[in-house]
Amino acid sequence: MKNLKNKVWLLILLLPVWYLVYHFLQPITDWLTDSVLKLEKGAHFTEAFRFFFFEVPKVLLLLVLIIFFVGIIRSYFSPERTRRMLEGKSTFFGNIMAASLGIVTPFCSCSAIPLFLGFVESGVPLGVTFSFLIAAPMINEVAVILLFGMFGWKVAMIYVGTGLLIAIVAGWTIGRLKLEGWVQDWVYKTRIGNNGLPEEKMTFSIRMGLGYEAVKDIVGKVWIYVILGIAVGAAAHGYVPEDFMAALMGKSAWYSVPLSILIGIPLYSNAAGIVPIVSVLIEKGASLGTSLAFMMSVIGLSLPELIILKKVLKLPLILTFIGVVGAGIMIVGYLFNLIF
Amino acid sequence: MEIKVLGTGCAKCKSLEQATRNAVTELGISANVVKEEDIVKIMGYGVMQTPALVINEKVALTGRVPSVAEIKDLISKNQ
Repeated sequence: MKNLKNKVWLLILLLPVWYLVYHFLQPITDWLTDSVLKLEKGAHFTEAFRFFFFEVPKVLLLLVLIIFFVGIIRSYFSPERTRRMLEGKSTFFGNIMAASLGIVTPFCSCSAIPLFLGFVESGVPLGVTFSFLIAAPMINEVAVILLFGMFGWKVAMIYVGTGLLIAIVAGWTIGRLKLEGWVQDWVYKTRIGNNGLPEEKMTFSIRMGLGYEAVKDIVGKVWIYVILGIAVGAAAHGYVPEDFMAALMGKSAWYSVPLSILIGIPLYSNAAGIVPIVSVLIEKGASLGTSLAFMMSVIGLSLPELIILKKVLKLPLILTFIGVVGAGIMIVGYLFNLIF
Repeated sequence: MEIKVLGTGCAKCKSLEQATRNAVTELGISANVVKEEDIVKIMGYGVMQTPALVINEKVALTGRVPSVAEIKDLISKNQ
């Protein structure tokens, strides 16, 4: 434990360093590119290089800081607690709550099944459970941080807002369709035990330790995707002509939104890899609505997760799930193509 | 004593199993470490977040992979 506390203090001392590096990142990158390496200004390679060496540290810095705080916030929420909060809620209000809790409750796709069982068994309505299951993977901290880092807070907020809306409406719709019969039969027969674990009483320094663990865990997993995604982005940034994506993913192509969603489903990438690529798609002429739809489909409707859910849901329900969520994403895509 | 690692086969479950085996070796106790992958049995313990550690049929920890030192601690507490 003492070891842990030292680490936490180290982290606090690092905050000013973090701020300085983040604040002066652009001049540092420019200095490195122009003065140290003396790369030719405006050349394709130079701009790709500049883009890469600015975006990678920026995104990693943001990830480390925000995931640390998200880790602390998450320590106040557990699936057990979320379940208790959702028990016996009326459907519409329950959907709103479930989608919001989906953002803050710790979630990994390998826990989707126990979570689903735990919720449904304790009487959380199916539709409310779905609101949670849609929001939790789609609106994750990595996606939001990357969007914030590469597009600014407006796009990040639009993503969170529309993602929540989709989770609420799609969950509510699934609830209204009364599809309980399409849940695998064994689900309702499963007996859920009581784990008998008391809610852990945690001091703040333990919570900070958990924030540190979250950083180690998540950043340790996604850094490679960040680098790969930004490398692809940097290459495209320097070499692919403007307007390259305009014909395929531009506003004028009416089919671009559904097509992006269809392509997005089997594409399995976490947010860390897909956001930098989407940022380049937009730069090269893809419209915001289409790109948003593509991103939501890649992150929110992933094939591996659907395969996992197959254990608890019969095929028609999975197809309905894809259909309802896909329709929601499509509406968002068209809406933003219309507005912007 | 019997120690169960509950998990449906994700990466974290494997690292918890490994850490648990290391803890048992370091403690030098004779314990049976079993991996429980059956979701129905996992739910029977009331666990919603895998991986989880069950010591002598009592849930000791859920949802994360602790350090070997912490597992040793949990084992001694639940003996």
